[in-house]
This record gives sequence, C-alpha cells and structure tokens, in this order.
Amino acid sequence: MTDSKSNPVTRRYLLLATSGVAAVGVVGAAVPFVQSWTPSAKARALGAPIKVDISRLKPGEMLRPTPKWRGQTIFVFHRSESVLARLEKEAADLADPLSKKSIQPDYAANTWRSIRPEIGVYIGLCTHLGCVPTYEPDVGSEKWDSNWRGGFFCPCHGSKFDLAGRIEKNLPAPTNLVVPPYRYETETMIVVGEDMEDMEEIA
Amino acid sequence: MTESTNRPSFISRCQNWIDARFPWTDTLNRHAAKYYAPRNFNFWYVFGALAFFVLILQLVTGVWLTMSYVPTSEGAFGSIEYTMREVSFGWLIRYLHSTGASAFFVVVYIHMFRGFAYGSYRSPRELIWLIGMGIYLVLMAEGFFGYLLPWGNMSYWGAQVIVSLVGAIPFFGPDMMEWVRGDFVMSEITLNRFFALHVFALPGALVVLVFVHIVALHHVGSNNPDGIEIKDKKDEKGVPLDGIPFHPYYTVHDFFAIVVFLIIFCAVVFYAPEMFGYFIEKPNFEIANPIKTPEHIAPVWYYTPFYAMLRAATFPLFGIDAKFWGLVVMAGAILIPAALPWLDRSPVRSIRYKGRISKLMLGMLVTSFIVLGYLGTIPPSPFATFTAQVGTMIYFSYFLLMPWYTQREKTKAEPERVTD
Repeated sequence: MTDSKSNPVTRRYLLLATSGVAAVGVVGAAVPFVQSWTPSAKARALGAPIKVDISRLKPGEMLRPTPKWRGQTIFVFHRSESVLARLEKEAADLADPLSKKSIQPDYAANTWRSIRPEIGVYIGLCTHLGCVPTYEPDVGSEKWDSNWRGGFFCPCHGSKFDLAGRIEKNLPAPTNLVVPPYRYETETMIVVGEDMEDMEEIA
Repeated sequence: MTESTNRPSFISRCQNWIDARFPWTDTLNRHAAKYYAPRNFNFWYVFGALAFFVLILQLVTGVWLTMSYVPTSEGAFGSIEYTMREVSFGWLIRYLHSTGASAFFVVVYIHMFRGFAYGSYRSPRELIWLIGMGIYLVLMAEGFFGYLLPWGNMSYWGAQVIVSLVGAIPFFGPDMMEWVRGDFVMSEITLNRFFALHVFALPGALVVLVFVHIVALHHVGSNNPDGIEIKDKKDEKGVPLDGIPFHPYYTVHDFFAIVVFLIIFCAVVFYAPEMFGYFIEKPNFEIANPIKTPEHIAPVWYYTPFYAMLRAATFPLFGIDAKFWGLVVMAGAILIPAALPWLDRSPVRSIRYKGRISKLMLGMLVTSFIVLGYLGTIPPSPFATFTAQVGTMIYFSYFLLMPWYTQREKTKAEPERVTD
C-alpha cells in the first residue's frame, strides 16, 4: 500500500489497467444488446426462398399479386421482343447502364439484368428510400415524363427506371433496382432466394 | 394558542424533519424562491415553461394510451380504432397526445428561436445549449418512433423511408438497415422495438436531459432580452439588482401563459385534431400495406424543413452519390445549431444590439425554414427542388458565415442595466 502512495506512476498504471479492463467489460456486455437487434431466427425463417409459378404470366404483363420474398415485393414480368431491342439501344440517359455499381448476381449482370431476357425479376423497392415503384410499361406521355419509354416510376421522389430496372441519370435513386438471387427450377417455376448453380442453366 | 407560541407549528416541524434528511427547502429556494431571474423577461420567455408543461402532458396521456394499445402488426391499427371509439374518453386522450406532439415542436421551435435571437447559447451557457440540442434530437427520435405505432399506411411508409436513409451510409448502410429493423422489411419486429423505445427508453432520456438542462440553467443563471449579465451588478446581499425571485413572479407569469396556451391547444384538439392532414395524415386512416406506397409521402410538418433539404440534394459531388449527400445535408442541418456558441463572434449577445447583417440573416433563416417546411410537404417538382436548394443555401449560410458577419458588422452599445 505504501508503494502506491509513494509511486504515482504505479498508481496511474493501476488506474489505467483497471479502466481498460472495465472498458472491455462494458463492450463485452454491450454485444448481446447490440446483437439482439439483428433479424431473429423467426424473421430469417420467414425469409426463406420462395417459389414463383410463371406459367400464367402473359406477354408484357407483371405477375399479380406480386410475390414477396423476405417481405419485399418482387417484380416478375414479361418483356416483348421490341422492348428487349429497345433496352439494348437506349443507354445514353442511364446512370449505370452496365450495372457496374448496382447489386445483382453475376448471372444477371447483363443488358437485360436477368437470366432469361424476356423475364425480368427485381426487388420492387426503389434504391433511394425503399418505396414501391409502379409498373408503367406503356410508351407515351405521362404526368412525370412527356416522353416516357416504359418502366417503373417511384411516386415518392420521382425516380424513373427502365424495364430492365435501370435508373435514369440525375434522379434521387443511386443505383438500378436490385436483382435478387434466383434460379429456374423448371421452365415455368422460379425460386427466388436461391442462386443459380451454374451458368449452363441459361442455355 | 399562547402556550404554543414558542413551539414550531406542525407543518414547520414536518419541514424540519424532512430538511434534516433531504434538502427539500434548499432545493425549492435554489430553483424557485431564491432563484433570481432577470426582471425584463418578455413574451418569448414563456416557451421553456410551456415545453415543460407539454412534456408532462405527453407523459401522462402516453401512459394512458399504452393501456389500450396492442404493439403487434395484427392488433396495432385496430387497437387505436378501439381507443378512439370504445374506450371512454379514449379519443380525447389520443388527440391530446397527437396534438401534443405537434404542440411540443411548435413550443420548442419558438424556444430555440428565442435562444437564437437573444444569444442564449453564448458563454457561459454553451452546455445549456448543447443539452437543449440533445433534448431536441431525442424529441425528434421520439416523434419518429411514435408515428409508426398506429401502423397506418403513412406510419409504415414514412418509417420505411427514414430507415432507408441509414442505407445511404457507405459500407455499413445496408447491414445497419437490417439491424435497425430487425428484419428485411419494416415488420412487427420493428414495431415492437419502436414501441419499447417510444414508451420507455426515450421518455426516460428526455426527463433526465430536461432535468440536467434546468440544473445547468439555474447554475449559471438565465440570459435576458438585453443579453447582459445581471450577476455583474449585485446589492450588498449578493442579489442581482435586476433579478427577481422566480417564485412567485415568474411562476404566476408562466401559469398565465399555460392558460392561454391551453385555450389555443384545446381549440385544436376539439375542432381540428388532424389539422387538415398536417398533424395526422390522411393515408394513416388506412392500415399499413407493405405493397402499396401512398401516392405522396410527406413526413409530419415538424420534420419537413429537413426533409426538403434532404430532397434538395439531387446531384453527385466528389464521387459520392446524391443519396448520401442528402443524408449529410439533412444531418448537418439538424446538428449545426449545436455549433452556434463557437460560431457567434459578436461582442454583444442580443439581437437588439447586433448589427443590420445579423438581423437580416436571422430573418432570412426563419423565412427559409418556413419555406423549406412548406416545400417538404408538397410533391417534388423542378421549381420546388430549385427553391429548396436556395433555401438550403440560406439556412446554412446563417451558420457558416456567422463568424465573419458577427465580427465585421457594427454593433450598438449594450446598456449597463437591463431595459424595461
């Protein structure tokens, strides 16, 4: 005891060591509280892959009611030959035409952002602030765009996506619509939430 | 009676008994009967007391609402309808609480404006100001969490939009979004935790912060419309010459203000509790629908100035996308008043003695805040976005140019003693 009194360096060392151990303890005790906020087992179980039957999908239409994966709206829709041709041409007005900054599985990192060109599969939440964009496939003059080429329009902050879910330039949404992991189980059955096993399946 | 003249009365004996065990009389004196407040307080000085009153109102009505509220995605919306229609006076308690939330912000914004105008944030009151900013932040969070609880469609999508803001943070954003929601979308899990925060954690923090705010204020003493220290001129007993005891002078004053406030407040509660969609938005009379976004999402009015600034960031800069800039601008706008004590370099505190530029800047700040508040409620359009960008510039220039214009401008001489 007399030592610590006569030796301020020892005293300070002890104080620092004690504080250090206490800090480690506080951080350790905080871990369960912070972790407790991550999705629970129930939430994760509800987020399991889903099957989507596309046999009833008509040309140019979107599957209704929209399927949900992990509670998120999934857009599954058909694109005609002329739409696909148009998507290939128009790139000038797009912020990320090649989807370099956007989120999609490797097997959907192409012009149409899909496994099969005619079937689009996207998470239906605007990449800006998560509103659900509306499906507006028809070309023409609309309230939000006098020269609308068909796509998705977000009513919240006016983001415009084309029919490949690609965002136009200078709009609030920073990236293209997210493509979820998905694969074709059969010709008419899509599994959303599971990755395609090999690229062969496209062929 | 003559026999007992030397004996203290029962009441004073009780008081002595307590005072020997708890500083009761001391505390009352320190914070009321012998707290000397400047004698020149004006109209703007009642809003602190009003904020305190509204806090109590919110705590009491909140506890009562909890008694018939069900925090589940199945039951929440229905339990609010049940409160409104079947619980005796449930409608009144709920409207007091929802109108109280807006009243809280009205009163707090005016209280803050008072601080801006009379330089109440200047040394030695920096900590009072910072604690006050803390109160303001907690209050904003409290309002946000509370708005989800009715589980109406605007509740749902408003919360979705604000939580998505977190997603704009580089690298950690997407994971943090999941962490905040506890799910991949807004869900019952999110509702449960927002409920816990709204009724327990944040009100607790609010009460503690308000307590500390008042302790700090009573330690350094109140500022006043002239912005001069009344403690510089004291009588032989050490009482400031321009000070008067808070109780009874200002307690009566504040009590009167509460009565006037209640007249206006009750008029709103009884005749316009939804305030034409500004206090309770129309889509919120529909239950939350995760696949149908309302046509137009606008936050409640007290957040709209900051929401307009968020939307005003529409172009990428320095390789960072507009979405993240929006978040930075909004967070910056909310937090920047905390820096006021160090931005203001004027030799005088009060706007009364500051120069023309300060007066002009304060006027422009208030105007831009109101205009931005309006723009935040309307759908985006090129003109609205441009106006919001100008408004954002004006808002920030009040703060960022302050070190320059407060030093440069010519000020008037402060009086020796407070003026009437």
